[in-house]
Amino acid sequence: MGRLNDMTVTATSLSEITRSDAALRTFLHGLPGVDAVGADARAAMLSTRSIKTTAKAYAIDLAIRMVDLTTLEGADTPGKVRALCAKAQRPDPTAPDCPAVAAVCVYPSMVATAAEELAGSGVHIASVATAFPSGQAPLSVKLDDTKAAVAAGADEIDMVINRGAFLSGRYMEVYDEIVAIKEACGSAHLKVILETGELGTYDNVRRASWIGMLGGGDFIKTSTGKVQPAATLPVTLIMLEAVRDMMELTGRQVGVKPAGGIRTSKDAIRYLVMVNETVGDRWLDPDWFRFGASTLLNDLLMQRSKMATGRYAGPDYVTLD
Amino acid sequence: MAFEYAPAPESRSIVDIQPAYGLFINGEFVDSVDGQSFKTINPASEEVLADIVDAGPTDVDRAVAAARHAYERVWGRMPGAQRAKYLYRIARIIAERSRELAVLESIDNGKPIRESRDVDIPLVSAHFFYYAGWADKLDHAGFGPHPKPIGVAGQVIPWNFPLLMLAWKIAPALACGNTVVLKPAETTPLTALAFAEICQQADLPPGVVNIITGAGDTGRDLVNHRDVDKVAFTGSTEVGRAIAKSVAGTDKRVTLELGGKAANIIFDDAPIDQAVEGIVNGIFFNQGHVCCAGSRLLVQESIQDEVLTSLKRRMARLRVGDPLDKNTDIGAINSAAQLARIRELSEIGSAEGADAWSPPCDLPQRGFWFAPTIFTGVSQAHRIAREEIFGPVLSILTFRTPAEAVEKANNTPYGLSAGVWTEKGSRILAIADKLRAGVVWANTFNKFDPTSPFGGYKESGYGREGGRQGLEAYLAH
Amino acid sequence: MPTKKATKAPAKKAASPTRTTSAKRAATEVDLPSVKEPVITEEPAAPSGRLGIRKTYKLFIGGAFPRSESGRSYVVTDASGGFLANAALASRKDVRDAVLAARAAVSKWAGATAYNRGQILYRIAEMLEGRRDQFIAEVRAAEGVPAETAAASVDAAIDRWVWYAGWTDKIAQVYGNANPVAGPFFNLSSPEPTGVVGIVAPPDSSLLGLVSVIAPAILSGNTVVVLASDKRPLPAITLTEVLATSDLPGGVVNILTGYVEETAPHLAAHMDVNAIDLTGVTDPELATNLEIAAAENLKRVIRPSATDWTADPGTDRITRLLETKTVWHPKGV
Repeated sequence: MGRLNDMTVTATSLSEITRSDAALRTFLHGLPGVDAVGADARAAMLSTRSIKTTAKAYAIDLAIRMVDLTTLEGADTPGKVRALCAKAQRPDPTAPDCPAVAAVCVYPSMVATAAEELAGSGVHIASVATAFPSGQAPLSVKLDDTKAAVAAGADEIDMVINRGAFLSGRYMEVYDEIVAIKEACGSAHLKVILETGELGTYDNVRRASWIGMLGGGDFIKTSTGKVQPAATLPVTLIMLEAVRDMMELTGRQVGVKPAGGIRTSKDAIRYLVMVNETVGDRWLDPDWFRFGASTLLNDLLMQRSKMATGRYAGPDYVTLD
Repeated sequence: MAFEYAPAPESRSIVDIQPAYGLFINGEFVDSVDGQSFKTINPASEEVLADIVDAGPTDVDRAVAAARHAYERVWGRMPGAQRAKYLYRIARIIAERSRELAVLESIDNGKPIRESRDVDIPLVSAHFFYYAGWADKLDHAGFGPHPKPIGVAGQVIPWNFPLLMLAWKIAPALACGNTVVLKPAETTPLTALAFAEICQQADLPPGVVNIITGAGDTGRDLVNHRDVDKVAFTGSTEVGRAIAKSVAGTDKRVTLELGGKAANIIFDDAPIDQAVEGIVNGIFFNQGHVCCAGSRLLVQESIQDEVLTSLKRRMARLRVGDPLDKNTDIGAINSAAQLARIRELSEIGSAEGADAWSPPCDLPQRGFWFAPTIFTGVSQAHRIAREEIFGPVLSILTFRTPAEAVEKANNTPYGLSAGVWTEKGSRILAIADKLRAGVVWANTFNKFDPTSPFGGYKESGYGREGGRQGLEAYLAH
Repeated sequence: MPTKKATKAPAKKAASPTRTTSAKRAATEVDLPSVKEPVITEEPAAPSGRLGIRKTYKLFIGGAFPRSESGRSYVVTDASGGFLANAALASRKDVRDAVLAARAAVSKWAGATAYNRGQILYRIAEMLEGRRDQFIAEVRAAEGVPAETAAASVDAAIDRWVWYAGWTDKIAQVYGNANPVAGPFFNLSSPEPTGVVGIVAPPDSSLLGLVSVIAPAILSGNTVVVLASDKRPLPAITLTEVLATSDLPGGVVNILTGYVEETAPHLAAHMDVNAIDLTGVTDPELATNLEIAAAENLKRVIRPSATDWTADPGTDRITRLLETKTVWHPKGV
């Protein structure tokens, strides 16, 4: 029951899975389990890859282009967001060849400011929504949150799934919310945050990934960054395997975004190695893989500078915004 | 490919390979008396590394005499707590010199530096550390109140994990109070010779460890030597059989760790992604030069397509190449002879009707290389399902029920190891009960630990290495 | 609170006020004898007349060296009554803090692999060996024994530590086992550490005895709060300097110096301590009261005993502080 290979791939088959709570539960519980020790071991082994010289230069620039430069603080102000947007477009003032990041990520109330700053730049405007980070609010509030962000100019929405519903087994409710939010997004892309740190097991990460994809998410994202643990290599591995299987089953490509706790270039490169060896070239692209990060960018810039000059850089040589 | 990994070579400058080596007898390197000379090469490039002695019968005699003298005068009567301290020193020195030993192992054996660095050498150090701690606790080991050593051990080891096999032999022998004469495999003597140097650095009393290099005849002379009390051999079943015959009627104690043709059983409720990883690890780790390799994949018929698709996709990611590149997954085949055997059996596989598949691989021009290969459509009657290939070649068979899986898994003269993949705990335990194999890995594969006993049933040999049980072979009773 | 026993030092009543009492002593604190003027005899003047730097002997809690929160100290003398040092005088609050540190350290220490714990214990032996001369001097001063005796004792302590280091990854093989139950079940008994162990260290054997009660407790993953010998505490503090430089996580071993009959009751009564080793309690009445206090949360109790510390210790001190967990699992396809 529920073996991926046995299913004839049609839109009707997918809708069979989501026809009822029972059907969805059967599908999710029928997915192959994840052996935690094995998954950790695979992630650890991929971390031993040694990425040097040309490969490292490629990875650093790609990682910069994949950053969703983020500020999600109660203390955010238009001034702070403007500074962030300037950095996003021109991360390294001393190196004009340094690429811009993929997006900035802010709260809905800051979207208008960001939109003004980033107009015409090519840098996307991602907004968190749906009562981020907890998601503990009525659906109507979450929908309004989303619509407000889109109206203010966000072209990407990072929503949170209803973990309470998930952990109590109300999978259909989780799914329905995603579908509703996707609709409220209009033409904006939807990233579905699973909050893997609250899900407890890799099996749950796999199931939540599938709900996120079935619900229409364009991306599945690990974390809000407000809960520990945030992104980890093994959790991202599980999610990459899920999007791989989704592609195999339906031909539809879904992106992956690890967020929170990725601080160094070394970390970022490990993630890219994992993308490379799990799903390959098609995901080595900012349209299909992002890093949710803030301090990571400066470390990438310092590594970039070291590769160019041969000298280790210091914090005085990158901008603090 | 968008993300090409640039070469990431481990530096060779850390090793210092001498042009020629003597024999390590009685605490020093000495010239051979009646031996020949041969060369050891780097199998990844065919570069000559050093001249090695092929020890003759008198050389063997001298080594055994040195071991006997050290046993009677020094080591056999030394308090266990003191033996322990020597072994702890050795463990620490190995850890201190770990990078050097890993590079040397990869150069001489052909295995990837990542494996020798992350698996082989750490296990070597840990093995000495573990057995050091038994030397002064033998009365607690469950072999009687005051167990005694046997005497002089003659030990012959294979080329697939040279320094690790040396550790598996020497550590328990010394911990129990025996002295040893060890012969490393003829294609991989260098880390054993480095170990001899480590014994000197540890101030190990002369004669406790003796290393004599050589080929088949040297091994035979050692095993048959009248003053060797205990024989330990790891290698092919064919040679093991010969040894068992040659010690018949003597007082020699013997343990053998021989070949295998392990079944790796994947049930329909297995954690598939990890199972595929386990299959790959089971047969392609160490180029398949592993006695306990999962060389027969027994996959439940209902999921065979899915598993095969995943397996091929995963195999396409394997990196075959320079053993000293840190990103290499599969290194060189250890020798021309072994490569010939792997090729021969693969040709037989195709001739008998099985279908071969390998991912596209750029194999280097010089050196000995074989692309990772799977054969589908294999049945028990095929030679590639019965004979140990000892290379990166997997034979894939199917089964319908657990009972059939067990039957096929056990249907072999070998019995070294097996793998079981299922999320159902009770099934793991029931199947493990029924498998006639000395090591059962459930939802994992090729895991080794000094505390975990290792050894086979049936023609995979007898005796166990590792753990408390590993002491038994080196204690008199 | 039992009355304070007289110290070994002759209790000359000094005219000057006691220098060691804190201004903030509560009424329940034990009265301390007045301290005689210290006699500075122990440093021989170097030929150049260099004055030595004296060590401050503090407590060891959570991997750090705090003074007692009570601010008190007490005089430690050598065997002939000469002044050695003012050691920290631990209070019940120090006991409380030590137990908190020990509890916080359990999960990481018990969760480490046996191999890792063995490596760390062996490293402690390496560090002890490096300080062999220092320990010989300390043991001589503390116990008043000749140099050869002190050296033999220190060597035995180091070798004892090595012996225990080798047990971390073997005790499960000797003390655990599969059980052949009469049914289709896999049944495995494995030893696990009990948790936080309070220890009253031997009063006389200042290093060998001390090592012999600490090492067997921690090798399996327990963490300990040790009440050092009242009279001979200084080698214990030097031991903590070794522990602090050996990769031993903070809180695995905590050592308090002071009056055992003041601190032991709080340790024995503490509801977050899993076991108590009363080896060093020489007063039978105190021992009984401590055992009664320990019974409140059913602590595992090791009663006092006169032990020949030079003899083979066996495994009893290890196994008494282990719990055995037995797991059943059906076997069926």
